[in-house]
Amino acid sequence: MQKISVLLFLVWVCFLFYAGIALFTSGFLLTRLELTNHSSCQEPPGPGPLPWRSQGEPGACWMASRFSRVVLVLIDALRFDFAQPQRSHVPGEPSVSLPFLGKLGFLQRILESQPHHARLYQSKADPPTTTMQRLKALTTGSLPTFIDAGSNFASYAIVEDNLIKQLSSAGRRVVFMGDDTWKDLFPGAFSQAFFFSSFNVRDLHTVDNGIMEHLYPTMDTGEWDVLIAHFLGVDHCGHKHGPHHPEMAKKLSQMDQVIQGIVERLGNDTLLVVIGDHGMTKSGDHGGDSELETSAALFLYSPTALFLRPPPQEPEVVPQISLVPTLALLLGLPIPFGNIGEVMAELFSVVEDSQPHSSALGQATALYLNAQQVFRFLHTYSAAAQDLQVKEFHRLNNLFSKASADYLRLLQSPQGAEAALQTVITELQEFLRGVRAMCIESWARFSLVRMAGGAALLAAACFLCLLIAQWATSPDFHLPPLLLIPVAWGLAGIVACAGLLATTELKLDPVVVGAVAAVGSVLHILWKAWVGWGSKRPLAALLPVPRPILLLLLIRFAAFFSDSFVVAEARAIRFLLGSLILLLVAQLHWEGKLLPPKLLAVPRIGFPAPAGPSGHRGTHALGLGVGLLLCIRLAGLFHRCPEETPACHSSPWLSPLASMVGGRAKNLWYGACVGALVALFAAVRLWLRRHGNLRSPEPTVLFVRWGLPLMVLGTAAYWALASGADEAPPRLRALVAGASAVLPRAVAGLAASGLLLLLWRPVTVLAKATTTTGAPRIRTVLTPFSGPPTSQADLDYVVPQIYRHMQEEIRGRLERTKSQGPLTVAAYQLGSVYSAAMVTALTLLAFPLLLLHAERISLVFLLLFLQSFLLLHLLAAGIPITTPGPFTVPWQAVSAWALMAAQTFYSTGHQPVFPTIHWHAAFVGFPEGHGSSTWLPALLVGANTFASHLLFAVGCPLLLLWPFLCESQGSQKRRQPHGNEAEARAGPEEEEAAPLMEMRLRDAPHHFNVALLQLGLKYLFVLGIQILACALAASILRRHLMVWKVFAPKFIFEALGFIVSSVGLFLGLALVMRVDGAVSSWFQQLVLAQQR
Amino acid sequence: MKNIDIKRLLYTHLLCIFSIILSIFIPSVFLENFSILETHLTWLCICSVFVTAVNLLLYVVVKPSASAKRSSLSYKVTRFLKCCIYFLMSCFVFHVIFVLYGAPLIELVLETFLFAVILSTFTTVPCLCLLGPNIKAWLRVFSRNGVTSIWENSLQITTISSFLGSWFGAFPIPLDWERPWQVWPISCTLGATFGYVAGLVISPLWIYWNRKQLTYKNN
Repeated sequence: MQKISVLLFLVWVCFLFYAGIALFTSGFLLTRLELTNHSSCQEPPGPGPLPWRSQGEPGACWMASRFSRVVLVLIDALRFDFAQPQRSHVPGEPSVSLPFLGKLGFLQRILESQPHHARLYQSKADPPTTTMQRLKALTTGSLPTFIDAGSNFASYAIVEDNLIKQLSSAGRRVVFMGDDTWKDLFPGAFSQAFFFSSFNVRDLHTVDNGIMEHLYPTMDTGEWDVLIAHFLGVDHCGHKHGPHHPEMAKKLSQMDQVIQGIVERLGNDTLLVVIGDHGMTKSGDHGGDSELETSAALFLYSPTALFLRPPPQEPEVVPQISLVPTLALLLGLPIPFGNIGEVMAELFSVVEDSQPHSSALGQATALYLNAQQVFRFLHTYSAAAQDLQVKEFHRLNNLFSKASADYLRLLQSPQGAEAALQTVITELQEFLRGVRAMCIESWARFSLVRMAGGAALLAAACFLCLLIAQWATSPDFHLPPLLLIPVAWGLAGIVACAGLLATTELKLDPVVVGAVAAVGSVLHILWKAWVGWGSKRPLAALLPVPRPILLLLLIRFAAFFSDSFVVAEARAIRFLLGSLILLLVAQLHWEGKLLPPKLLAVPRIGFPAPAGPSGHRGTHALGLGVGLLLCIRLAGLFHRCPEETPACHSSPWLSPLASMVGGRAKNLWYGACVGALVALFAAVRLWLRRHGNLRSPEPTVLFVRWGLPLMVLGTAAYWALASGADEAPPRLRALVAGASAVLPRAVAGLAASGLLLLLWRPVTVLAKATTTTGAPRIRTVLTPFSGPPTSQADLDYVVPQIYRHMQEEIRGRLERTKSQGPLTVAAYQLGSVYSAAMVTALTLLAFPLLLLHAERISLVFLLLFLQSFLLLHLLAAGIPITTPGPFTVPWQAVSAWALMAAQTFYSTGHQPVFPTIHWHAAFVGFPEGHGSSTWLPALLVGANTFASHLLFAVGCPLLLLWPFLCESQGSQKRRQPHGNEAEARAGPEEEEAAPLMEMRLRDAPHHFNVALLQLGLKYLFVLGIQILACALAASILRRHLMVWKVFAPKFIFEALGFIVSSVGLFLGLALVMRVDGAVSSWFQQLVLAQQR
Repeated sequence: MKNIDIKRLLYTHLLCIFSIILSIFIPSVFLENFSILETHLTWLCICSVFVTAVNLLLYVVVKPSASAKRSSLSYKVTRFLKCCIYFLMSCFVFHVIFVLYGAPLIELVLETFLFAVILSTFTTVPCLCLLGPNIKAWLRVFSRNGVTSIWENSLQITTISSFLGSWFGAFPIPLDWERPWQVWPISCTLGATFGYVAGLVISPLWIYWNRKQLTYKNN
């Protein structure tokens, strides 16, 4: 069987999974329909004349404008309690002094001294609480949906009707300064604009200082009608330090001064709005829908009186999008077409004349206009997209007709009582709130057909993995026909589907075409399985997974359906992994492999057993198990808490060293991190040396000897710079900045060149062994052919002989040089040639990934290597070596590997929710940000998030290779009691028993390829059922309270993780095959050299 | 193997179950405000004492294992002391394993330790009674084809089901039902108890059903 066909087959299976994921995603994550209609001044929002007091005034549109100018100060992430007034302390009550409390002193003074001019509200943002979504909501008055959450850094121009568009079409001059997200959202809408890059979240001051440079001069010139200033410092301070840092206090005080400066310059016709677009969590992140993230401050002030009544005791809670219709009507603009916010009626109560009930009438009018506009939008929307609930829609329809009839009747007879007006106001408010609730409910719209199709495709792909992994063990297994026919069917499916779509002139959807191709290709194999099944295959053969492992996988599968378990997955994974490890140890004992058999053969109880030495291997396996449990527990200390469990505390070790206060602790930690790095490097080197792969003069080995220490050095130096950058003397600032850009790139470059070297010369074998020795050869290689080997069969025959020959020769040579060290067969390097390449590749991959994480995660990486090493040893103890094949990797090994990948994902400080993505990773090596490119930061952040998936997937072939490596240790132990080397060498049978280690794999190339295929399929199956479970959970629980908070992010993370893992798996297998090819050509050269 | 053996096994097991039931109801006569959930630790201690007492009683009365040849007092005392040490050690080992499994290290130490005690009561105490302080015999019983009598067979089943019970008992902890029994370690101790009781019930039945297939080396 060809290697290439194994790889192609895996690619095809991956394609099936991808098609399933894509189909499901296209049905599950739908966007809201965006209408492009616009409101206009000339066109009233509803039938009938414009209501009371709207016509005939200059500058009036739907309503007379009350303010000609507005200053909108948007302070990113201004949480409500940042602005909340602090009451003077009651004696006896301990004073709370948090860095973010009570820092807006000017705001507090003005609220107390001018209660009719200023008012503080608690504005409730809708999730997702990411800045771009909030800006969209704050200008259009609608509810941006979940799918936009991912595109925060690639914002697009808003196509819906919005305030900025209305302002510019009314000829108002809009001046903007601050966050450059606005540039993408509203291209060309501002009369004057000062944009500053928002991407570098570590930079607290550039944007704010830039705004302050321009703010007051611009205000003083007076060449503006609307001035928008978007400050980012508070948000960035939250991201960098969290709200509990002294820096936050400084930032808030600065904002307070800015507001004071603005208030001093306000004219009488100007309204000041200070608003936070969202809040932040205790750790300074945002994006979700927790209370702290959605509560933001909203402060209104005007030199003319705004309110009739004094403020209530507790600030009122208003939806954030209420600001949109309110501002529109106050400025005398039409309300944006798609707005579903409700005007803040209180602001419309102050009117100049003293007509009876005029304040209530003013409120009712504003609400009526608002309701008319919302009603118009609702009708247009329901005509375009039939996704609103019909029943609720009719109820709201009736409510609106009744309210508007009441309102019009009141207009006819304005002497109506105050009570009647209040009823109208209540009715209108009820209508508006009902619409909002209905929209929130129905703008998560699913295409059930696509979701079901996607899930079915995923299930079929999983089933296929299981089936082929089972078939592969049968002796008459041939891959090429299994590959070619489905691909042909798939191509036929594509052509048919494309033709059908072209004839019916429908839009060519690549997702659908891909899915059709996948279904077409998978049907063939399923049909074949169905035919072959009925006759002989019982169901039990189809479930080759051992029962305990099946139970474990089932539990894992079921856990995705409970939001509690998804939230607590980090703990659940550790629990399952620990159980699996104990199970492995217990199973070893149960099978009698843990202890020497004589111990178990004690004939009777009661008799004291003969005191024999307990089996070395037994305590060995037990030690491995306990060590693994310990590693898992230690790695669990680096745990980041999900927002849903308030009782849990995130590990303080996940933050970068730069955020630490206190030099001594910082230095100690730095030492520990560097120690972890060095230990990691030393361990890998030691391992390679032990297996002899450090002796060869190949460039790869030279790289491991000299390049890796350089990488360690570079990483350590970068950490030193990054953790102490703020303390650097100003003279060295430029140098430090330059170095912190260059060092990570250098390390990544070294790693890349190392990987390339490894690909070029993967064989780390002492090739000169045969050519340099001048001793007469004891035995010549018997070749049944003359000349260079021509066919694969010749090579297969001759290779083991060469191998034995070399063994003999090197042994003789070492003996002559009086080498007394314990000579192991592993020293011939060939025995570990595959795994040496794998381990080198993994180390080279790990270093750049490590660099993307916070410093202290390096300890987790050390634990990762340690625990996978221990696990491999433990697994190898239970796997018998079957020569000459077939080789298999048992299910428990694959499951444990996949569980460990998931466990490491959590213990490197990740959680499958968007706010906990480590955005810092985008700035490693690029401290100044990336300019306009988005793929590079996306790549860096993705590599950070899915580092564990990648490492474990690439390292997957080690599961197959390790038992062969452990063969040498077994024989070594067997041999050591025999005494000296010469004695051991005396008998020729000893030579025969010399372990071939990984050369056993080479001896049976067909079985080797099948084993690799099987390994890949099993790993894909274990990952595949996870993504299947996520998809099923998301579709079954799509109306669950937690679907957007837990299940949808989990699905997205799991899908991306699957893609990364499958690519990694492919690369790992390809690397093994590359090594195999290189070993073949190396042997060929050797044979040629001998022929000469 | 005779049916009478199985009957004796069944009766002893019923007695063990009875002791657990007693441990639930008797303390409420003497203690005020006693309930399994609210005064959980007290119940754990009482249950542990009851089960140990019944096991010792059964050991003395039924004598399932072949009695030791030497029966001098000093030998008995050393044997008893050894048993105590083994019991304590098993408690500590279980405690360490629970912590490795994710139990809190510093908080709730007493709770975790008492869970270890009750699990030891369900697993180690029967082992000590039946096999004596002899690790090798234990290891033999818990391996394939290692059992030599129905007593050992039932010991195997009850021990494994106790472990499984406490393992499954950990599952409800993350759920957001906010019930009092979801608190660590109540669900696990309850799970262990249920597992133990289930093992006690199942093992005679299982042995009875499989009596044709079961052949022991010394029978």
